[in-house]
Amino acid sequence: MSQKPDIIIVGAGIVGAACAMECARAGLRTLVLERECVGGGTTAAGMGHIVAMDDSEAQFALTRYSRNLWIQMRPQLPEEAEYDPCGTLWVAADDEEMTEVRRKQNFFEQRGVRVEMLDSDGVAKAEPQLRPGLSGGLLVPDDAVVYPPCAAKFFLDQARTLGAEIKMGVAATHLLPEGGVRLADGTHLSADRVINVAGPWSPELMPGVPVRKRKGHLVITDRAPGFVRHQIVELGYLKSAHSVSKDSVAFNVQPRKTQQVLVGSSRQFDAASTEVDHAILSRMLSRAGEYLPGLNDLVAIRTWTGHRPATPDKLPLIGPSLFSDRIWLATGHEGLGITTSLGTGRLLADLLLGQPTEIPSEPFSPSRYANGASHHE
Amino acid sequence: MPDRRLQFDIVIVGAGPAGLAAACAASECGRKAALLESAPWIGGQIWRGEEAHFANTQARYWINRVRKSGATLLTGTNVIAANTPITLLAEQPHGAVEIQWRKLILATGARELFLPFPGWTLPGVFGPGGLQGLVKNGWPVAGKKVVIAGTGPLLLAAADGLKKHGARVVLIAEQTRKSHVAELGLTLLAYPGKVLQGAALKARLLGVPQRYGVWPVRALGSDHVRVVELTNGRDTWTENCDQLACGFHLVPNVELPITFGCDLRNGFVKVDHWQMTSVADVFCAGEPTAIGGVNAALVEGQIAGYAASGQLEKAERLFSQRATHQTFAQALDKTYALRDELKGITTDDTIFCRCEDVTFARVKQHRFGREAKLQTRCGMGICQGRICGAAAKIILGWEQSSVRPPVHPARINSLTTHNQAH
Repeated sequence: MSQKPDIIIVGAGIVGAACAMECARAGLRTLVLERECVGGGTTAAGMGHIVAMDDSEAQFALTRYSRNLWIQMRPQLPEEAEYDPCGTLWVAADDEEMTEVRRKQNFFEQRGVRVEMLDSDGVAKAEPQLRPGLSGGLLVPDDAVVYPPCAAKFFLDQARTLGAEIKMGVAATHLLPEGGVRLADGTHLSADRVINVAGPWSPELMPGVPVRKRKGHLVITDRAPGFVRHQIVELGYLKSAHSVSKDSVAFNVQPRKTQQVLVGSSRQFDAASTEVDHAILSRMLSRAGEYLPGLNDLVAIRTWTGHRPATPDKLPLIGPSLFSDRIWLATGHEGLGITTSLGTGRLLADLLLGQPTEIPSEPFSPSRYANGASHHE
Repeated sequence: MPDRRLQFDIVIVGAGPAGLAAACAASECGRKAALLESAPWIGGQIWRGEEAHFANTQARYWINRVRKSGATLLTGTNVIAANTPITLLAEQPHGAVEIQWRKLILATGARELFLPFPGWTLPGVFGPGGLQGLVKNGWPVAGKKVVIAGTGPLLLAAADGLKKHGARVVLIAEQTRKSHVAELGLTLLAYPGKVLQGAALKARLLGVPQRYGVWPVRALGSDHVRVVELTNGRDTWTENCDQLACGFHLVPNVELPITFGCDLRNGFVKVDHWQMTSVADVFCAGEPTAIGGVNAALVEGQIAGYAASGQLEKAERLFSQRATHQTFAQALDKTYALRDELKGITTDDTIFCRCEDVTFARVKQHRFGREAKLQTRCGMGICQGRICGAAAKIILGWEQSSVRPPVHPARINSLTTHNQAH
């Protein structure tokens, strides 16, 4: 890049790659720095579930916006991105969870998201491997599954085609308040703005960013064609995913295009190591086995862990940081970074250009932490 | 859930020569020891089939000795994880078992190194050790034309075994230079036993064409290998065959030691003079510490077994023997070092990762193994990169990726044992 870039994006996970693509498309001179490889961090550890979520209006707005962008992009996605419109099946184990199914149904229907209510038989028909006697569920047919590292690579390739410069194996160690970065080898690169898209590592580049590492485990099986057809998630997931303090597990499985079954999920704070934790792994698998008894006989070929970048209010940070107007953030996507990567990219590009955004951007503004107060629930 | 919990003073993993020797040394003094083996037999790959019909005197000696040693023999027991710092999780045909140990001896052996070349995935292409194993299990080779190629002493051993079962070994193609083997021959003069073994082997292989400085470049055939193309770097020619046995010596099985946190040095498990690894109370013996063959494995196994059971004097008495075998191991290493040309036998359209059908062209455009794995699925399959990872290290200079449980594919149910047990 002969001219000074408008922006330097630090981190080429799927969010950084989507930001690069959207910023380059918007005409910004974009430089991407990635210390390892595209999608090698949290992106590589994620399930790749593209899902409309309804925790809050803001979360819903960003996930639906992003999900639509994924659907629009689908014809261009390469085969290896493994886009599979399998839908999400939220399953209810008891009456209490059925109440939640109905609430969810109303929420989505009022906002134009296609859903289908299933009773006990309907769930059994949709997923014959589920244990009998579940109360019902909610099918969200336009949700999907992707293979995140290749999707991220595709976004980055698009960015390059649109004029972005990509530097791989280059680690930025300092984000400079006057604009630009310092690299591990001491080199300075300047730009109007730097975007910290380092996910769970974003606080290392900028102490004080309200992002904590939240560890997760996943297990993948050998090929088991047709074992499950949808991403299946227990509604108890909401109880556990919401808990910000305790270690938790939830039944969350997905069919891969490779005919393998990907099994999640676990959440742990303050577990910085990447080692597999056998206690929580076995809790997670036991939970999955309660819902899918046949899973116990499938063969696990690999387990891995990753860290989600979690914020106190479970919404990402997108916009100028409190620290300097020249350092921006696009981080803190917790477990929804694959879904919300595309929406984040659009929001960021519009905000950088001072254009109106297609969904309200205020809920994601880092300025909400201006008083240092983080509203835990 | 038929889960069990067992407890031993000393647990030995792997019942090849090193593990057998370790189990004897550790349990003959009365310590409660268990020998765990994933296969249904004891003896390891090298003594496969010996347990049923002894043909090898060393195998007969050690297998009989371990049976009388008092050690608990747990065959069909596949260690899949170190689920706590003092327990391991293993899978058996009827369920998982958690085994607690005070001292652990890892004798996990080695596997064959395969280098991908066009046609290496055709039916009828095996590793020399793999084919020998199949033949011992009754795979018919009588009257079949077999080409044996690659490198290492295993080629001659395989030729011998195949010939005994009636195969027509049409060529042994050893990649190393004849002068290197001659030097090894001189080194061997210091080992009278090996010279005798070598002479006997040579006599049995009389009449089998052997060529040095020759390596395979292509296997051809529509549904099965029919022809193998070989080169000496100048000329290229073909040999007709019904089977091709091709392997490039051995790579150590270090995955389990890594799982237990053992440090490596140059790809092998680092051990002290008691065969103890960087992790206290965890020992390692045999091929994972250096490719040294049966005799080195037997001595190292005994040292580990004696050391783990506190019989230090007995262990010490074997140090000089071990040193001799280690010198031999270094000579082997030098003799069978892979020639640079082998880095070029993988063509762009060669399947590099056979589990996931990934071509070399796709793999090599990446900068390191993890990037290739994430973008192409190379190494993500059922073997978890055991084959392509070792090849990538040689051909592309890539470090092998991290090891995570399960060390071997395991039923989901087996991985939930920890929870059940507590």
